[in-house]
Amino acid sequence: MSESPPPTLVRRGSFAAAAFVLPGIVGLVFLAGWHLAVKVSGSDIFPTPGQVWDGLGELARQGLLFKYIVASLFRVSWGFGLAVLAGVPLGLVLGWFKPAFLALNPFIQILRPISPIAWIPVAILWFGVEDTAPVFLIFLASVFPITVSAMAAVQNMQQVYLRAAQNFGLSGIPLFRRVILPAALPQIITGVRIALGVAWLVVVAAEMIAVNSGLGYLIIDARNAGKRYDLVVAGMVMIGLIGLLLDLLVRRLEKFDEVRWGYGQR
Amino acid sequence: MVNANMDTAPIISVNDTWMSFPGKTASQPVHVLERVSCEVQAGEFVCIVGPSGCGKSTLLNIIGGFLHETRGEVTVEGARVTGPDPGRIFVFQENGVFPWLTVEQNIGFGLLSRPAAERFERVNHYIAMVGLTGFEKSYPRELSGGMRQRVEIARALAADARVLYMDEPFGALDFLTRLKMRADLIRIWQAEKKTILFVTHDIEEAVQLADRVLVMTKRPATVAEEVAVNLPRPRDLDSPSYLATRDRIFTIMGMDAHGGGAGA
Repeated sequence: MSESPPPTLVRRGSFAAAAFVLPGIVGLVFLAGWHLAVKVSGSDIFPTPGQVWDGLGELARQGLLFKYIVASLFRVSWGFGLAVLAGVPLGLVLGWFKPAFLALNPFIQILRPISPIAWIPVAILWFGVEDTAPVFLIFLASVFPITVSAMAAVQNMQQVYLRAAQNFGLSGIPLFRRVILPAALPQIITGVRIALGVAWLVVVAAEMIAVNSGLGYLIIDARNAGKRYDLVVAGMVMIGLIGLLLDLLVRRLEKFDEVRWGYGQR
Repeated sequence: MVNANMDTAPIISVNDTWMSFPGKTASQPVHVLERVSCEVQAGEFVCIVGPSGCGKSTLLNIIGGFLHETRGEVTVEGARVTGPDPGRIFVFQENGVFPWLTVEQNIGFGLLSRPAAERFERVNHYIAMVGLTGFEKSYPRELSGGMRQRVEIARALAADARVLYMDEPFGALDFLTRLKMRADLIRIWQAEKKTILFVTHDIEEAVQLADRVLVMTKRPATVAEEVAVNLPRPRDLDSPSYLATRDRIFTIMGMDAHGGGAGA
């Protein structure tokens, strides 16, 4: 083991520039290929990138773009937020109390592989076509990755932290708050990140069936109401961009000093 | 069973203690410790040495309250050990400093029930004592291995631990850092008048540090011999008496200091 503090990566600057230039080039090649493919095939239904751009402009002018984005984000916020509130404490408890783990884990492992899409008919039966149905589906989709990651984080926690804490006389709630939770937090954030990705996938699927607003609804409505594939693809583009934005947002959590230790050297 | 702590009232008293772990089959448990008895006086610096894997760490963990002996009795500060105690802090080889807290938050970890002013004063006092002034706001990942070990020692001292249990605390450090840490530990021990029970596999380290060295046998381990180290501090590592003490421990462990012998 070396005595000097860990070195930081040099040449950051050149990597940073490449991180924008290289994907930029790939993006341009992709758009050009797309445009050419539409022109060569002579399709009058599938849009060119330019037509998608115009479609986005049309949606923005009608105020629909903003409205649908807000509607989708609203549902994700509720479903995902409730999943964090339920999943983190549940996972911590399951990871800590062996009997709770033994009792509940098989049940969780059976529920977990059921796709949220399979719950759609049940959700409609229970909650109708209101906002509650998609919120419920998003909750279901994101609560499992969060619970399982919190559970595993506690189970795999380094014993030395626990012993040190017990040595200082901690037990019960203070032990949870001051040691178990912070020790588990990096892995919990990784679970939260995965869950948010899944939640965003599910909101689109849920909106295609259960409601009449949101980006998922936009896609299915544009298809049904007149084969407006420019709007379909415009919706897809927005979903992709917002998904990226959400992921970048959660990634920022990993930069906090309280959790950075958990992600190794980067 | 209680006669050991009647006459001289040692701060730590281990009385005919045995330890077995479940083996591969239930009928064949692994015997780690057999008939271990030893005592430590208040303010003493005692090292436990022994071959790798002999169970010296297990013994320290029993005394520290993290493991429970199979048979026997361990008494510390007049009471039978039933679990860890904030007055007796363990310093771990693998470093138990909390990576989510800064240096000063770590050192103040055992002080949250104290008034803020006192906490601040104690934290700063011990940061200075272990030579980490200027690193108060640093996180452990920004520190070297030796600095992290200093944080852990300071955390124990700041919490006003009367006894320090140290389990090969310098084992993961490089040679020069280890020498420096030993010198600093002796300086701190002399200033703070703590009782220190220190496990190491490094015989030289034991002779450099301890008032008394407990030499353990191979597994199932027991205390083979106690060697008093009556050398003035700071210790001259070239003096004949230092070398003689060191070689005596080598001999007890079945080796000679100049290469080889039975078992490594």
